[in-house]
Amino acid sequence: MGRFLARRLLFALILVLVVSSASLLLARFAPGDVTAQLGPFATPAEIANTRARFDLDRSPAAQWLLWAGRAIRFDFGDSFLYNRPVRGLVGRAAANTAALAVVALALATIVGIPLGMFTGSRGGPAAAVVRGASLLFLSVPPLLTSLFLVFIAATTRLLPAGGMTSAGVLDTEWSAWLLDVAIHLPLPVLALALPIAATLERLQSQSMADALHQPFAVAAVARGVAPRDVIARHAWRVSLRPICAVYGLAIGALLSGSFVVEFVTAWPGLGRLMYEALRARDVYLVSGCAAMGGLLLAFGSLIGDLLLAAADPRIRDAQVGA
Amino acid sequence: MKRAGRILLAAIVSVAAAAPWLAPNPPDRVFEDLLYAPPTRLRFLAPEGFGAAGLYIYPQRLVSRLERRFDDDRDRPARLQWFTDGRLVTVPGAQGGPLLLLGADRFGRDTFSRLLYGARASLGLAAVSTLLALAIGALVGGVAGYAGGIVDDLLARFTDFVLVLPAIYVALALRSVMPLVLAPATVFALLGAIFALLGWPIVARGVRAIIASERERDYASAIHALGAAPSRILLRHLLPAAAGYLGVQATLLLPAFVLAEATLSYVGLGFPDSVPTWGTMLQDASNVSLLAEAPWTLAPAAAIFMVVLAVNLAVQGTGRAPVQLEP
Repeated sequence: MGRFLARRLLFALILVLVVSSASLLLARFAPGDVTAQLGPFATPAEIANTRARFDLDRSPAAQWLLWAGRAIRFDFGDSFLYNRPVRGLVGRAAANTAALAVVALALATIVGIPLGMFTGSRGGPAAAVVRGASLLFLSVPPLLTSLFLVFIAATTRLLPAGGMTSAGVLDTEWSAWLLDVAIHLPLPVLALALPIAATLERLQSQSMADALHQPFAVAAVARGVAPRDVIARHAWRVSLRPICAVYGLAIGALLSGSFVVEFVTAWPGLGRLMYEALRARDVYLVSGCAAMGGLLLAFGSLIGDLLLAAADPRIRDAQVGA
Repeated sequence: MKRAGRILLAAIVSVAAAAPWLAPNPPDRVFEDLLYAPPTRLRFLAPEGFGAAGLYIYPQRLVSRLERRFDDDRDRPARLQWFTDGRLVTVPGAQGGPLLLLGADRFGRDTFSRLLYGARASLGLAAVSTLLALAIGALVGGVAGYAGGIVDDLLARFTDFVLVLPAIYVALALRSVMPLVLAPATVFALLGAIFALLGWPIVARGVRAIIASERERDYASAIHALGAAPSRILLRHLLPAAAGYLGVQATLLLPAFVLAEATLSYVGLGFPDSVPTWGTMLQDASNVSLLAEAPWTLAPAAAIFMVVLAVNLAVQGTGRAPVQLEP
């Protein structure tokens, strides 16, 4: 187990390093730089000062070395756009994105897995309806669900159509703040969770049907085990393997999906921040966002692997042995 | 289910192909007094002293530009004109037009016509990128599977890495480091290249596995013994085995690329606004306060949904019968 964790840690480190360095250099080589944000009337001296402050007067390699030297000490430089250290900005945005992603994944799991167990183990009109709904929601990616939900929110005015908090709520107590966030949360969470729930339902349904066809399930039925127990105790555990494998990959899809959802519903997460940084050529903010994104990815895929190991002893042995 | 999906897909493609004929108005024609005008209501009537019964519209008149209020000019009913000007149906401006089947956008352009033309750009880009990704993936995967060794190892590591990355962020980063304002043709080529770059590793990974197992079969040894060149063995004899897999991958990549274009254009990093695509049209929907008043700005979202649904139906229609546990 120790060796496995060490390898994953190394992978996470490499991922964060490669992703953040690549985006730093990409943003650096892009045409134009952050001094365009100074406006058309900036004097040459002001432009030169700004360039010097963000190390843009050095060669890309020298800038990368400087940045890497500081990043090791968890100093990711300053953001031009926000005129603040990148670390705080990025940490906050990543927390918002992670909250959105975790709640959405939890909701998708709670809805998708039981429904999949249901449709995978029996036929009839109810299962057909669930299957049809799944197919429908599979065809509505987060871009469309978020637009549609914003439209519904705008017409019915039941929920706020965007943002994470209402204006002015920051001055109040934390309980009021939490309540306000809770009101803003359902829309982006639903937009993100619906397609994932549909995917999980389809997967669980198929793998449940496969598991029930295997000899051990047939034998259990022949021994007279109640059908409900065959599904819940015997087949479910075996059917979990492909699902857990998907959780490892889901984190990428979750981040991709959360970008659009954050954009459409104005959720102040990593996606929006990265977009703003990229457009403004705010190099250090770009690389900070990328590093944070890489960290979320590595963490997510680690959890996926651990889940997989928990569900299937064969994988656990292989990973520990490797 | 499967057939329904195929028919829907074929219908969408033919509509895109016939866009100039089906669209009532040119996609870039600006109707200055009809910004965010609602859809024109079709009426089946024979107004007094106006001739035979048929489909008519009342021309829309601007009442208040500030409040975006319009009313129907009931004194001048205009008859729909079929098969004129090389269009299926239209109402010329001089005779009480325009015919706005899905309303107008923020510049007073016909949403329905733009939707049809947008299908060309969106689906065309997705199709080109898919073909490109499949070609690169098949080639790289084929070589890796056939050659084995270091090439194979490197490819496996690389595809593992790419598969972990959230694709839209990579596309966003690659697109945004290019100049933000580009000519439409350049954007098309650039987005096509970026999408292909993101799509090929997944294809290559699957093709590699197929070729590696095909290589061990007897027929491959026989061709080798006959003295065929490696390139010939790979292209003519081994790659056809991956055809089915490539077909499945195409159905996964195509909707993903349609969505990627829509997302990038929606956030302002895709095509310029002058080009009608589903993504650039969706920008109108980003105005939340107007969304409730002008729901037709969501029409491109519905179009994207139809494409994804059609592909999903065509692929997943083969539902296996669930096992019956209860007697």
